[in-house]
Amino acid sequence: MLTFEHLSKTYADGTRALSDINLTVHEGEIVSLIGGSGCGKTTLLRLIAGLDRESAGRIRLDDEVLSGPHPAVGIVFQEPRLLPWLSVFDNIAFGLDGLSATEKKLRVTHALEKIGLVEHADRWPRDLSGGQQQRVSIARAFVTNPKVLLLDEPFSALDAFTRASLHEHLLGLWEETRPTVVLVTHDVQEAVTLADRAVVMQPKPGRIFDELPLTLSRPRDRTGLPFETSVRRVLTALDHSLKAPQAQPQRERDRQAAALWW
Amino acid sequence: MTLSRESAVTGNAVSQAWSSHEGAAALAAPTSTEKRRVFDWRILLGFFLPVAIALLWEAAVTFGLAEGRLVPPPSRIIAMLWGLAQTGELRTHAWMTLWRVLVGFVIGSLSGIVLGALSGSSKTMRQLLDPTLQALRAIPSIAWVPLFILWLGIFEASKVALIAIGVFFPVYLGIAGAILSVDRKLVEVGHVFRLSRVQLARRILLPAVLPEAVIALRSGLGLGFMFVVAAEFMGASEGLGYLLVDGQQMGKPDQILAAIIAFALLGKTADSLLVVAAKPLVRWQDTVRERL
Ligand SMILES: Nc1ncnc2c1ncn2[C@@H]1O[C@H](COP(=O)(O)OP(=O)(O)OP(=O)(O)O)[C@@H](O)[C@H]1O
Ligand SMILES: [Mg+2]
Repeated sequence: MLTFEHLSKTYADGTRALSDINLTVHEGEIVSLIGGSGCGKTTLLRLIAGLDRESAGRIRLDDEVLSGPHPAVGIVFQEPRLLPWLSVFDNIAFGLDGLSATEKKLRVTHALEKIGLVEHADRWPRDLSGGQQQRVSIARAFVTNPKVLLLDEPFSALDAFTRASLHEHLLGLWEETRPTVVLVTHDVQEAVTLADRAVVMQPKPGRIFDELPLTLSRPRDRTGLPFETSVRRVLTALDHSLKAPQAQPQRERDRQAAALWW
Repeated sequence: MTLSRESAVTGNAVSQAWSSHEGAAALAAPTSTEKRRVFDWRILLGFFLPVAIALLWEAAVTFGLAEGRLVPPPSRIIAMLWGLAQTGELRTHAWMTLWRVLVGFVIGSLSGIVLGALSGSSKTMRQLLDPTLQALRAIPSIAWVPLFILWLGIFEASKVALIAIGVFFPVYLGIAGAILSVDRKLVEVGHVFRLSRVQLARRILLPAVLPEAVIALRSGLGLGFMFVVAAEFMGASEGLGYLLVDGQQMGKPDQILAAIIAFALLGKTADSLLVVAAKPLVRWQDTVRERL
């Protein structure tokens, strides 16, 4: 179980990227974070991954307070971030340093099968397409069997076809060990396809606006009516997050700014 | 599908010949012989100018249009080179020069790598070292010569010291700069997998800086060859630089040109050896393949 308690992050330049985030993600749950640009989604993932320090509050994994990178937490960045000097195989094996060679080979080969890149094991990352690179980066995060997997808009640079097939690859890998997944996305369809719950965020300062359970049974039929309904519900929430509660204080501040100007 | 692609290749080969190199290469990808032919032609083109000038000059001297005393024709230079090679002098001199460059290069590049790595990876070290080294760099290296002679004598030590100084700075700057410009995103991958400082250096920083390190070493080597000439002008009884000075004093321009050609061949060979040695380490690079 992943818990955020009064989590806040203010950057050195005073940007309040996150303010008082409270959320619990259950074990094996897939939560998708949705929200406009700049509402602190990447910041939240970086805090969980231990790449940045929170300004206040804390993150707990089961009974442990996270401070710094944790072995049970894996992350897939928005870009593949493969190491260009390692082959596809060695890139996937990058986090498996402590294991024996046979165990390593076993796990990596299995992951390669899952993402459908067995015949590419010995190639350089530069020789792969963007979608293939992103698959390798997902496999790299999965082979260490993390309890928590963070994905930061991993498919945003890809076309709709590739994205749909990567969703399947991702769910295929997820089925095996059922890690807790926090998935950041801009794409409402993607959230409804993958997640058990959508968390809608709001910017300035970054905070949680709404939570929507997505209880459709898997595998999800993207053309069915329930899917459409869920998409519409999330879209409505997203719409409100961008407009309604923000509008009042925003206009007020504008008026003040105008007053100061004159 | 394969069929149509192949026919497209043959059909377009002629009309594409003049288009961009990349386009041509991509188009000709399945038939590597075609790619090689395009490339060979360009290499030959590079030979055209020097060979043409050499032949013209040779002809001018042969037909009495020019005297060729101060600018000897290629045949005389080749004869001189051959003569020096026959007596074994060429080998002695070239070997001596090579030896000096080698020792100076090893000392200079090792200290450049160590100090560059320190100053690139630790802010404190950078603030401690960099200002002093930058100030020293501003001094033209040849200005050290009188001091080196006083301190180290007129024999090998002072020569090697000068060469080492010449090699040091490009290597130091290259390594420090390469480490500073390592992609933060890749370093973060290391953090996520909780690499220790040593592991991070070995598994991420080192491979990431290798391509630039090779370039730094190459420019260091080039400067080493430049400074060996200066060092041998300081008074040497052996070495290609000595052949230069001797040729000037004895009025033998063919000997000077022979030494210059020997320098060129030696320098190019050493550089190519460095490139070949480094090639397997930087094969992964996603750049124009002919860059190194
Ligand atoms: N290193 C930093 N220093 C200062 N401010 C930052 C830094 N990183 C992000 N911010 C600010 O924090 C806020 C949240 O940024 P974040 O990257 O988390 O947004 P996001 O929700 O991921 O946006 P997007 O959907 O566009 O990726 C933004 O206003 C951003 O300008
Ligand atoms: Mg982001």
